[in-house]
Amino acid sequence: MNNQGRPTRPVETAAAEVKTFTGNRGLDIEEPLLFEIGRAETTGVDIDEPPAHPDRLGDHARRGAIGLVGLSEPETLRHYVRLSRKNYAIDSGLYPLGSCTMKHNPRLNEKMARLPGFSDAHPLQPVSTVQGALALIKQLSQALMTMTGMKAVAMSPKAGAHGELCGMMAIKAAISASGEAATRKVVLVPDSAHGTNPATAALIGMSVRAVPARADGTVSAQAVRAVLGPDVAAIMLTNPNTCGLFEPEIVEIAEAVHAAGAYFYCDGANFNAIMGKTRPGDLGVDAMHINLHKTFSTPHGGGGPGAGPVVLSERLAAFAPVPYVVEREGRLDLVEHAEGQELGRMTAFHGQMGMFVRALAFILSHGSDGLRQASEDAVLAANYVRAALRDLMSAPFGDRPCMHEALFDDTWLKDTGVTTLDFAKAMIDEGYHPMTMYFPLVVHGAMLIEPTESESKASLDLFIMTLRDLAMSAKRGEVERFAGAPRLAPRRRLDETRAARTPVLRWVKAGAASRE
Amino acid sequence: MRYLPLSADDRRSMLAKAGVADIEALFADIPEDKRLADLLPMPRAMSELAVERALGALAGKNVAAGSTPFFLGAGAYRHHVPATVDHLIQRSEFLTSYTPYQPEIAQGTLQVLFEFQTQVALLTGMEVANASMYDGSTACGEAMLMAHRLTRRRKAVLSGGLHPHYAEVSATLARFAGDEIDLAPLDPRAEETLIERIDDQTSCVIVQTPDVFGNLRDLTPIAEAAHARGALLIAVFTEAVSLGACRSPGEMGADIVVGEGQSIGNPLTFGGPYVGLFATRAKYVRQMPGRLAGETVDADGKRGFVLTLSTREQHIRREKATSNICTNSGLCALAFTIHLSLLGEAGLTRLARVNHAGAVDLAARLAKLPGVEILNRHFFNEFTIRTPKPAAALVEALTTRGIIAGCPVSRLAPGAGLDDLLIVASTEINTDEDRAAFAEALRAAL
Repeated sequence: MNNQGRPTRPVETAAAEVKTFTGNRGLDIEEPLLFEIGRAETTGVDIDEPPAHPDRLGDHARRGAIGLVGLSEPETLRHYVRLSRKNYAIDSGLYPLGSCTMKHNPRLNEKMARLPGFSDAHPLQPVSTVQGALALIKQLSQALMTMTGMKAVAMSPKAGAHGELCGMMAIKAAISASGEAATRKVVLVPDSAHGTNPATAALIGMSVRAVPARADGTVSAQAVRAVLGPDVAAIMLTNPNTCGLFEPEIVEIAEAVHAAGAYFYCDGANFNAIMGKTRPGDLGVDAMHINLHKTFSTPHGGGGPGAGPVVLSERLAAFAPVPYVVEREGRLDLVEHAEGQELGRMTAFHGQMGMFVRALAFILSHGSDGLRQASEDAVLAANYVRAALRDLMSAPFGDRPCMHEALFDDTWLKDTGVTTLDFAKAMIDEGYHPMTMYFPLVVHGAMLIEPTESESKASLDLFIMTLRDLAMSAKRGEVERFAGAPRLAPRRRLDETRAARTPVLRWVKAGAASRE
Repeated sequence: MRYLPLSADDRRSMLAKAGVADIEALFADIPEDKRLADLLPMPRAMSELAVERALGALAGKNVAAGSTPFFLGAGAYRHHVPATVDHLIQRSEFLTSYTPYQPEIAQGTLQVLFEFQTQVALLTGMEVANASMYDGSTACGEAMLMAHRLTRRRKAVLSGGLHPHYAEVSATLARFAGDEIDLAPLDPRAEETLIERIDDQTSCVIVQTPDVFGNLRDLTPIAEAAHARGALLIAVFTEAVSLGACRSPGEMGADIVVGEGQSIGNPLTFGGPYVGLFATRAKYVRQMPGRLAGETVDADGKRGFVLTLSTREQHIRREKATSNICTNSGLCALAFTIHLSLLGEAGLTRLARVNHAGAVDLAARLAKLPGVEILNRHFFNEFTIRTPKPAAALVEALTTRGIIAGCPVSRLAPGAGLDDLLIVASTEINTDEDRAAFAEALRAAL
């Protein structure tokens, strides 16, 4: 560029807020809805009209227009690239969402999942043409069993909650098989559990009985024994639990549950803390789902897809759903039908193959040494953050070490006029995604921070410094910084009440009725 | 290890800050006799190159659908996906973001979901759609449970044209919830009289069109009969592209529409991840499972989007939730929405015409073969043939000739006595040469 005669230093001006004509702010572009920019006759895909042919649609042919709109290819790219830039992502910053395990998503895994042998294989191809896919499922199954010390695994569940459903169905099937279906209908769930746990129990016709947590957030064997009875089918326990603590009495709890004739379902959402450190099978767990999209880094994709294989103990192995892979005379085969088997089928086809490839790539990349190191680093990072904030923020269970997530409550915000929500929203202005808030429910104004093993020390230090600055600001009573936050994000706080009271759930052409 | 940034020095200083002597102290809550002293019996860390070799070898043992004339559908369809789609869904900001719980910094995902919901509602002819389910089969099961809640009845009538996997998934859910299923026998010629099965205990009738055999079914009379008895009609589809050519389920009176969205934007990937589509009437929205994006305004009055009506969901309602679903299929929904934005009305309807034309051409070729009968009167891009030999054996024979011929009904429903039926699909990926090669190979194998 020719710099001759052109100012090359910025002119100093007052830092006033600029109101632009477009509403855009530099790189942050206001982007209309697809339906406001697309056109019915436009398409970004060139397709030749088919030759004249007889019609076999009969009177099933569509009569009117659908109402869709299209964009040319450059318009499509620009529309979705602009939208993408309104998202926070693990690739762009630390994502401390407790219980969600937002770790690095290796691009190698994306590349492997796109190998045509995997991405372009149909689930109903003759098994002779998909031996590599079946081998991959088998290899991942073996790895999951080795890591958990369990005897079997059901691979088909589509996400954590689906795996949970599968595991609880296996337990119910085992109970039915022993003739106790009519009597064992209660599931024990601690107050601190994920919402999916009680929802799953209800879905299979079980009722929920609460188990109180101790003051330190853990569940005691004594509390479990107090609510155990001949009517109990299972306990659903998250370990490490949602407060970020390993349940110290888990072995006694498992023994008590088994002695009462019930099963131990473990929510494996927090498996990232214990890879290579301990095996759920050794702790007495009967069934546990594994969120491949958490521990094994398959991308969250803005809310899925997930994958939730369920590992099963020897007692439950016979109650796994179809399909599963077997080896017959040196070649792999799929069992897709199991006559008379209680559990049957959880989903069409064989599960989240694309996620299996990514998860196996993650496991192979780490190896036994890297997996253990990952868990150790995740736990170390959480404890580092906990220790560095402990003097400013209150931890509900005192100074004890945590597992892979650090939990704070809002006692330290008392009388500051700042809430947990305000504090979290102020983090957005500082360039961070907030931590998990108000969960677990058992802790007032909870803030659950899970840094994961993916952060460098420099990144953790910057994060800690930012939270300390914000905490001190809150304590100084600088309420305005928090109450109005975020100010620098693509949007300020959104009116969720309005969204729920008068739901607008789709675009409707101007003038047409749009409300529920 | 290339994914772990901490150095040994970092770890030492962080342990000191955490106030512990060594890393084991942080795992002290694990009972000592349950702690693993040794590494797991698994291979050690591998380089990127080594992992590529290992997984590349496995992938190489599969026959990729694109490497051969390919006529397999039966619930998952091979379509051409524009390069733009896969590029965009790999944008870091879409790929590596979480569920949009912080709407101020997730407007990208939320606006996409709002567009997705609008597209699905338009395609199905319904008023509202959710932000996706795991896949078509689980969406079908959830629709049945929703109908139970709405009608306070617990018996579902399932058509014999419903994909057997969908029927099995629904039956599994029903069995565990203590509900009843009335499953009609497999109905390859779309001759069943479902209406007789509807009674005052029926919560819903579940009918698929195009059905698993490829038949197009008129849902209107079933909708009327169901409504007359206070039951709901759940319409199912597994081939979303068919909606570009065929009457929408909403137009035919469906109360809930569920389907598989894989066909648009998503590769086959051996069965998943796919994207379940779920739409219904506005009056039923509060009983709908799954996440919903809704429009609202921010503190400055600017339009924005949030997840809404979450009082239906498990993280609020716990055991009283409409479903236990949490994660959905966000990235596959994004692929669906981008592909459909590229297609638009003009592209989708033309794509549907190309599919139909190819299938009509293939049916005409196969109908000429001795002993082969086309069962369908009306179909879109998939139909069923009766063969003089067991279909599974023919598929094996054609596989050795490098042609993936279709899905034997016995693969989906062994023991149904329909071993001589083969379900065949033809999409825009199939050329005239592919279809000619298929007909010729089948003639030779008969």
